Amino acid sequence: MSEALLRATGLSLAFGGVKAADGIDLDVMKGEFLAIIGPNGAGKTTFINMTTGYLKPNAGEITYDGRRITGMSPRAIVKLGIARSFQLPQLFLEHTVEQNVALAVASRHGIWSPLVPLLRPGYREEARDLLARFGLSAIADSRADALNEGARKLADIAMAVALKPRLLLMDEPTSGVAASEKMLIVETLVNVLRDAKVTAVFVEHDMDVVERFADRVAVWSQGRIAALGPPGQVLADPAVQREVIGIERHATPPGAPHA
Amino acid sequence: MKRYEPILGLLLAAALVAAAIAAPWLRFVLTIALAKGIAVLGILLLLRAGQVSFGHALYIGFGAYTVAFLAPRFNDGVLVLLAAAAGAGLLGLVVGLFVTRYRQIFFGMLNLAMCMVFYSLLEKLYHFTKGSDGIRVEIMPIAGQALDRVTYEWTVFGIALGLAFVLGFLLRMYLASPMGEALAGIKTRETRLEFMGVPARGILLSAYVISAIVGGLGGALIAMTSRHVTPLLSYWTASGELVFIAILGGAGGVLGPFLGAAAYELVRVYAAASFADAWQMILGTVLLLVILFAPGGLWGMAARVLGGRGR
Repeated sequence: MSEALLRATGLSLAFGGVKAADGIDLDVMKGEFLAIIGPNGAGKTTFINMTTGYLKPNAGEITYDGRRITGMSPRAIVKLGIARSFQLPQLFLEHTVEQNVALAVASRHGIWSPLVPLLRPGYREEARDLLARFGLSAIADSRADALNEGARKLADIAMAVALKPRLLLMDEPTSGVAASEKMLIVETLVNVLRDAKVTAVFVEHDMDVVERFADRVAVWSQGRIAALGPPGQVLADPAVQREVIGIERHATPPGAPHA
Repeated sequence: MKRYEPILGLLLAAALVAAAIAAPWLRFVLTIALAKGIAVLGILLLLRAGQVSFGHALYIGFGAYTVAFLAPRFNDGVLVLLAAAAGAGLLGLVVGLFVTRYRQIFFGMLNLAMCMVFYSLLEKLYHFTKGSDGIRVEIMPIAGQALDRVTYEWTVFGIALGLAFVLGFLLRMYLASPMGEALAGIKTRETRLEFMGVPARGILLSAYVISAIVGGLGGALIAMTSRHVTPLLSYWTASGELVFIAILGGAGGVLGPFLGAAAYELVRVYAAASFADAWQMILGTVLLLVILFAPGGLWGMAARVLGGRGR
């Protein structure tokens, strides 16, 4: 964990009068799992959206592997090795789960092959293999619009992993997943990512998940990073407990809208 | 269901050939139906992406006028067909660069606008196009062979049938390819494509160019069959007709456009012959019944009979 893979300096973005990012400085180290926590509206998703090119910051810059990516298109950023998953799963609803993942596999090799089937042996095996690792083999042939929330979430992440990113940004990977399955799912996910040596940033509301899987935690508050450090230290901080975790544990209704 | 597609295609082709032999006057109707079916393949592609073009008669008209203009110079059916396809493809690229920036109703209406501009040009540039009088297309040699009228008509019928097969086959492969599946992804989650590094607009544009090429081919075949072109080929109702056929036939598979076009032309001919004043009402009723009771179109109905989904 020596050098930074992603570096944000002085990132700022305001929506009208609301500062969704107000001078964010953050280094994401190679190979680490960084959790982002904080109340709704603190700007966690905005950070992911800026990093993946969906939003352009008003000020500041983002470098990835030493290269400035601020203002690049989502497509160009993906090509550099940054993938994301979504808080609300973004699946191709009329395709099967297998086709969804196979499309992600195909996109890596260049999508421009008009006369060879998507589910050709190579792509199909890779998709099947990934689905097996995510425990989704049983629903590989189901249409994406027929899945429950937890399965959609996992399929969404599997699509991002299929892009073979070096950096994966996950927006609330466990929201909507049943509490009983949550730990198992994260465990699976972490194993997949560690095997593939992927650096991961994930927005998370469940402190048990954060404590168990994050190498470091960044606490977001009103567009700023209020605290940053190992989970044991950050989560034990009385100020963080009072202002962030208290809110997380008591005041956030599940599935509340999120900026 | 997909397995049966080639067999059903062959059966449909056999039925068309049998009908054309049994009733020679049907040969004309069926060649037109095949030509329209080929053009509707393009509508089907765009429907996969969730987009409806109300202006694809632009490419029909372009292909048809290409034949009318070039037939006297090239004096060969194969060459004019190739020219119509290439020209329509280029036109599709130019128009597509613009219209693929838009989606849904804007996409549909912009296509309609382009089509009507072209229609107006055909009407007003009398010096070149002879306006609404149109241009007559003479019987031309095909692949260097000078043909009498009946042989010529059979040959054009054969070319239309052959093209329908080849294009249907190619587009069927295309739709199952990464490009084709990404095209269908535009319908449900276009932004996800971008986050996978796939240029959604490029995917739609390539489909649009293909749709223009098949539109041009369809138009060229119509011109070679009816042997008279008028601006009405590009009128907005002609664009609507293509969408009508696509819905009637069903967008689930490449046979849909041909089932739809054959049914459309036959209903039209028989309804016009039997109820001269009411044939549009009969066509409208048929479409209503299809939308209400068979949303997958004729192809969807066939798929259900054979036990499978239309897609």
